[in-house]
Amino acid sequence: MTATERFLYPVPQVGAGAAVTHGVADRSPATPLVQLRDVHLAFGANEVLKGIDLEVGRGQAVSIIGPSGSGKSTILRTLTGLLRPQRGEIVVGGTRVDTLKTEAELIALRTRVGFVFQQYNLFPHLTVLENLVIAPVRVLGRSRADAEREALTLLDRVRLSNKAQAYPGELSGGQQQRVAIARALAMKPELILFDEVTSALDPETVGDVLTVIRDLVGDGMTCVLVTHEMRFAEEVSDRVYFTEAGHIVEQGPPTAIFQHPASERTRAFLQRTLGQGVRAAASAPDPFATAKRERLWVSY
Amino acid sequence: MANDLTLPHGAGGVDISLWRKPWAASAILAVCVITFWVTTGTTPAAVAYLWQWLPALLQGLWVNIQISVLAMALGTFVGLAIGALSLSPVAAWRVSTRWYVNLFRNAPVLVLIYFTTYAFPFEVRVLSWTFAFPDWLKVVLGLALPTSANVAEIFRGAIQSIPSAQWEAAQSLAFKRREIFRLIVLPQCVRRMLPPWMNLYASITMSTALASLVGVHDLVDTAQIASNTVSRTDFTILVYFTLLALFFAYCYPIARATRALERRHDRH
Repeated sequence: MTATERFLYPVPQVGAGAAVTHGVADRSPATPLVQLRDVHLAFGANEVLKGIDLEVGRGQAVSIIGPSGSGKSTILRTLTGLLRPQRGEIVVGGTRVDTLKTEAELIALRTRVGFVFQQYNLFPHLTVLENLVIAPVRVLGRSRADAEREALTLLDRVRLSNKAQAYPGELSGGQQQRVAIARALAMKPELILFDEVTSALDPETVGDVLTVIRDLVGDGMTCVLVTHEMRFAEEVSDRVYFTEAGHIVEQGPPTAIFQHPASERTRAFLQRTLGQGVRAAASAPDPFATAKRERLWVSY
Repeated sequence: MANDLTLPHGAGGVDISLWRKPWAASAILAVCVITFWVTTGTTPAAVAYLWQWLPALLQGLWVNIQISVLAMALGTFVGLAIGALSLSPVAAWRVSTRWYVNLFRNAPVLVLIYFTTYAFPFEVRVLSWTFAFPDWLKVVLGLALPTSANVAEIFRGAIQSIPSAQWEAAQSLAFKRREIFRLIVLPQCVRRMLPPWMNLYASITMSTALASLVGVHDLVDTAQIASNTVSRTDFTILVYFTLLALFFAYCYPIARATRALERRHDRH
């Protein structure tokens, strides 16, 4: 059962023991799905990535945090070959991404990796249902009936089944973003990359989107999240990477990064972002509060 | 009694709604006036002449419509090809198409019509066969030149107006370049291109009036002949008003449809 299928057809948990073994088996980082080694990337003279090392285990959720312009989104784009590094090694699911040459090789990789964008980037000329169906039918060659049935189930899971026939322009930002997540899931990817998916949203709709991502992570989908939602990152991540100016400054389990950051720069960033110093208490998942604080931070 | 009071009231309501529709109102007015003239035998001479000449005038309008449709079809076909070449990675294509577009967008249509009329031969000889190169065809070519330049520009603009994020999103869904173009970019372009394309059609249709200057028997030419033949000032005035009305009746619905399309486009 893939993570997408678990997300689609949640099984009621019978015994706690079964659920635990299941979770441990899935979330062990023994077989890294994603591996970056010493990745360098520059746009002309502008060096964006200056030696990135990063590892994501199968079934893990990894968050990348850091100030704007530190190269977070660039890292995600190198993972699917949207950007090509000048130096270094990128392996995703056994594929050396940095050396892929032909369109066919890139396509084989991209069928396995989902991407969710900050600006949703739904196809405005297609209905919500068509947005979900077009890639499975045209790219994976699945039958239309199958794809539609699954798309409707996915829409149901993101609580938008009543919007199947709507056009993206008729939806709110939060609804569009949930459609975008469903669109990525329709390809049954092994890995989903989330690129600041709540940054363009109104605070009221951030919570709905985070709930969907939280469920996905819970179902064992491998996720890489670039995010400004610190509390959310702390809550769902198995590992957190803090980037600044093209370097990974610090990485570790969320409690270590958020509660006891080793680097002075991490501490300064968290202080600026959270506005109240590094919190001692464990987080209460309150996406609304986080969202509002984020907004304040962004505005000054 | 109650019926007597309410009935005229209701009838009045119907009349008002009818009078608010300008087309219906003017049609009713025309029918009334003509009926009056016919029944009383007081039809003005100019109107009688117009009635006589109307079939010829409509035939002339039909020539204008044919020229405009052909010019638009040819211009669109060529324009799309040129627009596609103007997006080519090959610099030579980009530069040469740029010049083509600039040259023909910035030339007066009348000059282009004279150009095609006098630059092309009257007949084409292939081996032992001779093909006539009629004037109307030259006008079609003359109008197709600015049309193709404008269509190329509309197409290029539409393609470039599709945000690069759409390409990125489609790439991430593992679409091939060709599929992205065909399934994602082009359909969005068609919707964006349709209103300016229809605008262009309306303006090309109006430019077909210039065909009369190179001897094509179009609506304007027919009007001139009619005016010279009848040789009455009131008829001349009436004929040119009729010309205005005919062009308006053909072009205004196109403009209305364009506006409606633009509004629909804004919604999505």
